Amino acid sequence: MNSPVNTPAPQHEGLISAEERPASGAWLAKAHTDAAARLTQMGLPKRRDEYWKWTRPDALLAEQAAPAAAFDYGDEQPVFHAVDRLKIVFVDGVFDAEASDDLSGEGLEIERLAEAAKADIHWASGLYGALETRGHNPVDRPLAAHNSAMATDGVLIRATGQVSRPVSVMYRHISDTSDAILHHVVKVEEGASLTLLENGTAAARLSMVTEIDVADGASFHHVRAQGRDHGRHVLTHIFARLGRESVFKSFTMAVNGMLTRNECVIEILGDDAIAHVAGAALGDGADGAFLHDDTVFVTHDAVNCESRQVFKKVLKNGATGIFQGKILVKAGAQKTDGYQKSQSLLLDEDAQFLAKPELEIYADDVACSHGSTSGAIDEEALFYLRSRGVPERIATDLLVLAFLADTIEEIEDADIADDIVSRLEAWLERHRG
Amino acid sequence: MLSIKGLEVKLEDEDKQILKGVDLEVPAGKVHAIMGPNGSGKSTLSYVLSGRDGYEVTAGSATLDGEDLLDLDPEERAAAGLFLAFQYPVEIPGVGNMTFLRTAVNAQRKARGEDEMSAADFLKFIRAKAKDLKIDADMLKRPVNVGFSGGEKKRNEILQMAMLEPKMCILDETDSGLDVDAMKLVSEGVNALRAEGRSFLVITHYQRLLDHIKPDVVHIMARGRIVKTGGPELALEVENNGYADILAELDA
Ligand SMILES: Nc1ncnc2c1ncn2[C@@H]1O[C@H](COP(=O)(O)OP(=O)(O)OP(=O)(O)O)[C@@H](O)[C@H]1O
Ligand SMILES: [Mg+2]
Repeated sequence: MNSPVNTPAPQHEGLISAEERPASGAWLAKAHTDAAARLTQMGLPKRRDEYWKWTRPDALLAEQAAPAAAFDYGDEQPVFHAVDRLKIVFVDGVFDAEASDDLSGEGLEIERLAEAAKADIHWASGLYGALETRGHNPVDRPLAAHNSAMATDGVLIRATGQVSRPVSVMYRHISDTSDAILHHVVKVEEGASLTLLENGTAAARLSMVTEIDVADGASFHHVRAQGRDHGRHVLTHIFARLGRESVFKSFTMAVNGMLTRNECVIEILGDDAIAHVAGAALGDGADGAFLHDDTVFVTHDAVNCESRQVFKKVLKNGATGIFQGKILVKAGAQKTDGYQKSQSLLLDEDAQFLAKPELEIYADDVACSHGSTSGAIDEEALFYLRSRGVPERIATDLLVLAFLADTIEEIEDADIADDIVSRLEAWLERHRG
Repeated sequence: MLSIKGLEVKLEDEDKQILKGVDLEVPAGKVHAIMGPNGSGKSTLSYVLSGRDGYEVTAGSATLDGEDLLDLDPEERAAAGLFLAFQYPVEIPGVGNMTFLRTAVNAQRKARGEDEMSAADFLKFIRAKAKDLKIDADMLKRPVNVGFSGGEKKRNEILQMAMLEPKMCILDETDSGLDVDAMKLVSEGVNALRAEGRSFLVITHYQRLLDHIKPDVVHIMARGRIVKTGGPELALEVENNGYADILAELDA
């Protein structure tokens, strides 16, 4: 990722030298410098890092992005097509003003990072790199610090009221060799609400960090579809901080992809808050290598909060699914309701699922549970459906969708959920047999 | 309609013979009952006819209106007009009952070269059938059989049968788990379907169901064979005397 790892600059001790850091306005320049220092202190992920034992970081660290062809969607309308939304378009990781809508809406401020960086003071300066800094827990996430140090593009979104139209960030991947770094900051002010939609692959290789501050009584809904590219290498980090009585819900659909690692770090700081994070990933190794990794860390540091992690993977033909998830309940975080479920459906014997579910609890009055399973299609159910005349392939699809159903339930908007389901159905239909 | 000749079946993974030469003819428009001791192979027969995995047919044949059933996939047997009301209906979390039935109805229509049923027509159709069986709208929306009571599951089987309009209906202990009123309801549902071109094979342990669904012929199955065939009076005889005499005759 534009990584200078292999080209050490002798005059500096850091991993990223001052020259290599992007030029930008005062507050962002400082944020870049600070992040570079964090990265230097942490060092890059190493082979022996427990945290990278299943997903090898090599492709993410390589000096150059492995070329990856952009998926050709043909006449197909992309997901969220029918949703009335405010569109923000990035092409190969660069903001495209012409393709984007006017960046304004009621109760909403949106700026391009590159523009906002010119200001001396900015609301985002207190968040950019700050939530990432808090998120190096229970492990360092050096590639997130790398992103904070290098990012020059992204959007800063501030919701000050009930924003009815979703903000939709569309990532277009055109160049086979694009290597993108994007960094977004989202602030949902007290009592405000915002829906963020994201779709597309963005680049051959992508590092994306999204820092999300959900203030007291605010709500944030996020639905993401990571595109259909086969050759992509994608690393995303969400760092979220939740205030009192706030709601955070994030759902990600991922299909295809040589390497996709989605990290989500949520810190619940206010009482009575709700955090749900869900993902549905589908991979068929027959399309090329497939590896999907969900790495999630939820910290409860307040009373009477609820967190849910629901991750499902459908894997076949050598596809690999990974889940590393942890709930940390700090001392004093009483009445915590923490729930974690990671399951995979292996459609054949070649696919594999690796899971590391963890709970760490320092409060006594809590209800936490976790479960991780992997299994095949239920033969009894399959026969029952077939005995009613449903052909095997359709019956299998029905059962796969049923398996994914509780991730879909985390999508608030029914039309958007239907849209996502129809994409999943279409994927299954294309990958039958 | 249904013709079974010398059917021998063993378990696929085990050297265990379960059906040892079943002969059975159910003509069109008739209701035949099968009774028999636990473990005699009644459910196995119904599963083998509907194409469940795990069994191996080692001899004999089974045809539906002349068509070899044993060669077909389960869904093809269904499309050919075979229906099995399960002794133990399967719960399918995440699949809505309504979605399931609509998919099934349309898949069968498609297999027969008919047009799919429109959403509106389907809704009208299912509502009417559900009402007859006192199945409320809520049960239609819920996942297939999940959290249904034993009796509700059985009623749901009959609803599926009513929707799919098969020509050969096999009912495996549909009466078990039903209360007196539900038994009446289910029997009425079955009787409403009785027609010239439709046959029934009713597997049961009790005369009570046969009071409602009057069989033309009663078979006794024991040790993997049909060992006795008679009229409705045979069911009464079993009700009164059990299987001891019949089994003794076999041993003799
Ligand atoms: N998959 C299987 N594995 C092992 N044994 C089996 C299997 N399926 C059937 N059997 C055996 O075959 C025999 C016949 O079983 P089946 O369920 O057909 O009996 P049944 O006549 O329906 O009995 P019931 O009246 O109790 O329902 C039993 O001994 C049963 O244990
Ligand atoms: Mg039985």
